[in-house]
Amino acid sequence: MRYLPLTDTDRREMLGVIGAKSVDDLFRDVPEKARREGLVDLPKRQGELEVERALNKMAAKNVAAGSVPFFVGAGAYRHHVPATVDHLIQRSEFLTSYTPYQPEITQGTLQYLFEFQTQVAMLTGMDVANASMYDGSTACGEAVLMAHRVTKRKKAVLSGTLHPQYRAVVENLSEFANDVVEALPPAIPGTTEDIISRICDDTSCVVVQSPSFYGDLIDLRAIADAAHAKGALLIAVVTEIVSLGLVTPPGEMGADIVVGEGQSIGNGLNFGGPYVGLFATKSKYVRQMPGRLCGETVDATGARGFVLTLSTREQHIRREKATSNICTNSGLCSLAFTIHLSLLGEEGFTRLARINHANAVKLADGLAGVKGVEVLNDSFFNEFTIRLPRSAAAVVDELADKDVIGGVPVSRLIPDDPSVENLLVVASTEINTDADRAAFVAALKEVL
Amino acid sequence: MSEIRFTDQHEWVRVDGDTATIGITDYAQEQLGDVVYVELPEVGKALTAGDEAAVVESVKAASEVYAPVSGEIVEVNGDLEGAPGGVNEDAMGRGWFVKMKLSDSGELSKLMDEDAYKAFVEGLA
Repeated sequence: MRYLPLTDTDRREMLGVIGAKSVDDLFRDVPEKARREGLVDLPKRQGELEVERALNKMAAKNVAAGSVPFFVGAGAYRHHVPATVDHLIQRSEFLTSYTPYQPEITQGTLQYLFEFQTQVAMLTGMDVANASMYDGSTACGEAVLMAHRVTKRKKAVLSGTLHPQYRAVVENLSEFANDVVEALPPAIPGTTEDIISRICDDTSCVVVQSPSFYGDLIDLRAIADAAHAKGALLIAVVTEIVSLGLVTPPGEMGADIVVGEGQSIGNGLNFGGPYVGLFATKSKYVRQMPGRLCGETVDATGARGFVLTLSTREQHIRREKATSNICTNSGLCSLAFTIHLSLLGEEGFTRLARINHANAVKLADGLAGVKGVEVLNDSFFNEFTIRLPRSAAAVVDELADKDVIGGVPVSRLIPDDPSVENLLVVASTEINTDADRAAFVAALKEVL
Repeated sequence: MSEIRFTDQHEWVRVDGDTATIGITDYAQEQLGDVVYVELPEVGKALTAGDEAAVVESVKAASEVYAPVSGEIVEVNGDLEGAPGGVNEDAMGRGWFVKMKLSDSGELSKLMDEDAYKAFVEGLA
C-alpha cells in the first residue's frame, strides 16, 4: 500500500490558495543552475552487494578530514574529541531524551543544560547564557533581532570581521523583518576598519567577530564604548570558542551580547552540522533573550533541583509575541560540549588553547618562508590569512591533489571580489603534527 | 469625583479630570496567578484605544494589557518593576500600570460600568 495522504485535488486547492501554479513553483528561490531537470538515471533494480560497492566507490572520492594534513577552519574546526564524550552522550537517557518540560522526570537533562549555561557564561564573561541555539550563525541573527527589541531601533552595523555566512544569515532574517543592515567590506588583515564612525543615533547594534573571520584578534573596548555612547549594543561573535582559553572574554571588553559556535568543543565537523550555537548576555536583558533557559531552584523538601525558567518568553506560551521562534536547543551537541569542557577543566582548556596558538604560529612561520606567500595578520589565535601570488581556490585544489587540505579560499565565501581572490584562511589546531605542517609547506612550494 | 470603567479584556480605567489610571482587574490577576514581571511603556508614548500598553507576565502566561482609551502615557507605576506582586495584592489600587492623558473622554461611554463588568465576569463562569 502506498501512503499518499493528498489527492491531486487537495494539491491543486493548496497551490491555488498561495497562488502557485505547480509544486515546482515552490522551488523558484533555488537558482536555476543548482536545479536538476528530471530524475537521476539509476538502474531499475540492483542487488545489495552491487549497491554497496557502487556507493563505496563514490565515497572513496572524498578525502576525509582525518586522513590527510588538514588546515580548514573558517568557522568549523577539527579538534580532538576524547572517546569518553561519545561514550557518554550515547547513553540512552541522553541520546533519546526529548525536551525537558517535566522537571520531575528530567533532572539529568536539566542539570547538564544548567551546567552548559554556566560554562558558556563563564567562558564569554557574561551574566547569563541560554541552553544553546542551532548554530553560531543563527545565534548571531537572533542577537541582532534581540538588539532591536532592547533598543527599539532597527539598524544593525556588521563589521567586515564577521564570517560571510553569518552575515548572510543576519541579512536574510532582517530582510523579512524589514530591518536595516549595513555590512562593511571585508576586514582584510593589515587594513583598518573604522566601524566607530558608522555608529549613529539609530544604530541598534554593532556586530564584531574576534578572532575575526580572517583570524585577527580585535580589541572590543573602544567599539563597546562608542556603541554605548550612542545607546547601541555591542554583539561580539566568537566562531572558535577555544580562543577564549587565552583571549580576554568579550564580556570583559564591554560586549552586551556574546554569540558563538560551540562545535570546537566536544563536536566533530559533522559535515557542517548539527552544531551548537552559544548565546550569552547581561542579566538586565534576560527577558529579551531568545531560546530555552534552565534555572536552579529548590524542591518542596528544600533539595537542589533544576527547571526550565522564564518560558513565558518562548513561543509555546507567548505565540507570535515570543522573543524568538526557536522552541528547542541543540541538546546533544551542548551535552557533548559540556562533557568535553568538564573533562578539560580550566587548566586543560587553557593548555589546549596554548597548543592551538603555538601550532598556528609554527605554521605561519613555515608558510611565510615560502616564496610568494605573505602572512597578513599581526595577531591571531589558531587561524590566519595568507596572500598567495595567484587564485587561492586554484592553489587549494592543487594542494588537495597532493593530499593536503590547505584551508578555505576566501573566494568560496565571498565570490566575485578581486580583493579577496588570492586570500587563503588557514587554521592549525592541536591535531596537526610537525609532519603535517612540513607536508603543507613542501606541497605549497611545489604548486607555487 | 472619579469614575471607573472596564473592558472585556479585563482592564480597568479610573478617570480623574483628564487623567486616566489603568490597570488589570481583580478577576484578571486571579486568572493569571502570581505575577512575576510587568513591562511598562515609555512615558510620552501616544496610544490609541486597543493598542498594547503593557505586558503582564505570571508564572502561567504572559498577556498584553491594552489601552482602554486613547491618549498619551504620562506616568508608569515604577513600583511594579521591583515588586510585580503588587498586581496580585491590590490589582484595583496599588497595582495600577499606567496613567494616561485622555485625548477623547467620549471613548469612556463605550466601556462597561462596574455593574455591567460584574455581570460580564459572572457570565464567564
